[in-house]
Amino acid sequence: MRKLALSDEILMSVEKPARYIGGEANAVMKDKKQVDIRFAMCFPDVYEIGMSHLGIQILYDMFNQREDTWCERVYSPWTDMDRVLRERKIPLFALESQDPVKEFDFLGITIQYEMCYTNILQILELSQIPLEAKERTKDHPFVIGGGPCAYNPEPLAEFFDLFYIGEGETQYFRLLDLFQEWKESGASRETFLKQAAQVPGIYVPSLYTIEYKEDGTIASMRPNCPQAPGKVVKQVVPDVSDTFYPKKPVVPYLKATQDRVVLEIQRGCIRGCRFCQAGMLYRPTRERDLEMLKESAREMLKNTGYEEISLSSLSSSDYSKLGELVTFLIEEFGPKGINISLPSLRIDAFSLDVMGKVQDVKKSSLTFAPEAGSQRLRDVINKGLTEDMILNGAGQAFEGGWSRVKLYFMLGLPTENEEDMKGIAWLAEKIAERYYEVPKEQRSGKCQIVVSTSFFVPKPFTPFQWARMCTKEEFLHRAYVVNHEIKEQRNKKSIKYNWHEADVTVLEGILARGDRRIGVVIRKAYEKGCLFDSWSECFKHEQWLQAFEECRTDVDFYTTRERALDEVFPWDFIDIGVSRAFLEREWKRAQEGVVTKNCRQGCSGCGAAVFGGGVCNEHQD
Amino acid sequence: MNIRIKFRKTGALRFISHLDVMRYFQKVMRRAEIDICFSEGYSPHMIMSFASPLGLGLTSEGEYLDIRIRQAIPSKEALLRMNSVMAEGMEALSFRRLPDNSKNAMSIVAAADYEVRFRENCVLPEGWENVLSDFLEQPEIRIQKETKKGLQEVDIRPWIYTCSVSDGVIFLQLSAGSVHNLKPELFMKAFASWAGYQISSHMLLIHRAELYANQGSDQKPELISLEELGEDIE
Repeated sequence: MRKLALSDEILMSVEKPARYIGGEANAVMKDKKQVDIRFAMCFPDVYEIGMSHLGIQILYDMFNQREDTWCERVYSPWTDMDRVLRERKIPLFALESQDPVKEFDFLGITIQYEMCYTNILQILELSQIPLEAKERTKDHPFVIGGGPCAYNPEPLAEFFDLFYIGEGETQYFRLLDLFQEWKESGASRETFLKQAAQVPGIYVPSLYTIEYKEDGTIASMRPNCPQAPGKVVKQVVPDVSDTFYPKKPVVPYLKATQDRVVLEIQRGCIRGCRFCQAGMLYRPTRERDLEMLKESAREMLKNTGYEEISLSSLSSSDYSKLGELVTFLIEEFGPKGINISLPSLRIDAFSLDVMGKVQDVKKSSLTFAPEAGSQRLRDVINKGLTEDMILNGAGQAFEGGWSRVKLYFMLGLPTENEEDMKGIAWLAEKIAERYYEVPKEQRSGKCQIVVSTSFFVPKPFTPFQWARMCTKEEFLHRAYVVNHEIKEQRNKKSIKYNWHEADVTVLEGILARGDRRIGVVIRKAYEKGCLFDSWSECFKHEQWLQAFEECRTDVDFYTTRERALDEVFPWDFIDIGVSRAFLEREWKRAQEGVVTKNCRQGCSGCGAAVFGGGVCNEHQD
Repeated sequence: MNIRIKFRKTGALRFISHLDVMRYFQKVMRRAEIDICFSEGYSPHMIMSFASPLGLGLTSEGEYLDIRIRQAIPSKEALLRMNSVMAEGMEALSFRRLPDNSKNAMSIVAAADYEVRFRENCVLPEGWENVLSDFLEQPEIRIQKETKKGLQEVDIRPWIYTCSVSDGVIFLQLSAGSVHNLKPELFMKAFASWAGYQISSHMLLIHRAELYANQGSDQKPELISLEELGEDIE
């Protein structure tokens, strides 16, 4: 029987001990004596969040298909367990073998959002691995980062030995083979890093030197050895139907956030919303083959026993065979009591028909994400959703029995004026009025409209990467304007308004477009006790402010400063296929309020066609 | 057709809560393709009920759940199918058809067997076995117990059916179920405080060995294990 890393006494003293014992259905067990490479795959947040992440499930399955490799999982110990591990100096362990992470060959960390950066330091420290890559020796694992935040890895550069830029299915085996050879050769740690730097998509931060101008912006970033490439090219799976996809995902005992089978129907998005980082990073849009999806759905439901399956993609309505897929799922699994959930659907006749079949109309709500309150601003952000589309969709839904609507907006978008802000309230009012146009006997009681606003954070590799970000006060003022205007509406009692925390947003903005000099601030904040920053009950704003002050970091430099068109960005060394020239063109068009066609309407020459796959090929004929 | 499943929960899985065990078995039913019945209504759920929640940290080889299935499957095959998709530490032990008029497991649980072992960090004074005998000699054992009406003083002596010691292991048969549920932890706490011993729950390893229904009367109980109420399907 497996021996646990922690005593019963400890496990009985913490909340949800099931987070730390592993042994779930479909977890992969191997004999450690029979494998050469031990890989600890980490999602730096609590178990229930980390277990919900598809990317790790894909790589876990893929790595474990190699006989010479055993990939295991690690998540952030919650604050109660954090305390115990520190007090008793128990090294952090992987769930499957319960062996200390420090004994592994690799520690891979997926970096999904900026607010997990302090958690990364916690993982390293609890694992008893030196925080800074340069302090590590041959006895330590190689720490490798990946995921969307790896597209601006610079704030974390000092803590990682390597970063993987792009989709993991492509180059990891090459990296593992290289590691095998290096291990047998007995060469130095540095030798491996230099060899790894030649694998496409691998970035080794220690092999680059950065010089700054007097104004604080970057003068140059250059490789300091011949092995490191000047540009690191994003790695892309050209054919997403003929690739790795887990047939037996691990099924947690605890109720994870994503407690269902996740079927990724496509990668990328054709839409080109100018604020959206994922929309640019994952270009070109690539659809999975319908037959492959049917087969995956069958196998995954059978092997996990989940009672729900969810389609995953950035914009499911754009999947060209959505109708066929959904019909298949309903016919095949509906009779077996399997729920089908369809997030990110555009509201139209088709989606309403489908939603009416798979969910209880009275209990469910419709979701629209206009993102901006006025047509003018929606054109600025290239969100191809018009007021007519929203009102028509809502109208059809109301006639079909729905009465609850959720609306998502962003505040603080470039060029936003007071009319745009008030437009949020006006749009909500128009939807409410549309509801009361439905004959009384067809309505189900009062309508409920929930308006939520988040604050806009400019992200690398988007047309808004040059944009100025609002201050906390500006953000809160905007929320106030919206709130006030909603109260002025006739149907104000049917409209509820929620807005986000502004402190976290400002911090997210700094980390998102930060450079290498931010690393020391992250470390300082962590040392002051910042951890689980994405959890409002854990977020310590004061400590973050102190950290910036003590490191003499000018927050405005990273947030409220509009960047010059020729500024060198910390992430410029990465080539995501989408060219800087395209982003610049889009930035200008945004300021002029000119919309750009989506990838199916016509190619705008973003540059992603270089990967030779997906939607870019549709246009060749 | 109503089925009673007996299972074992050991090893690391003692840290899985009762709620999670319920969710776990729902998934096992699907993975093993057991043709289970669903309730009517807009959000149907599996017809499945558990005999008695097991406390976090306890192991057991006498856990039960009842399900309803549409078509009979031989017990052996059902066990094979379930055990091939179960995680290490959880094992189905029997799969038996219940008579049509039988009550569900939860409503008939009357008693439970437990084995209480001491961990290495818990060394009791020489002769503690005799102290335990003296403790049990009392006509009444009154303690504070959390009940539905709040904290109340109750006499737990009538709920202790048997108690013996062998090789340092305490074997207990205690009243269980919806009428009088005496947990082994509470029994040990009462004994420790009476004897003046320092025993906290993490010094104990508690194992549930069996659950029983009472086929006799309150005065003349006839305990029979829950699985004996069903019979194997050939």
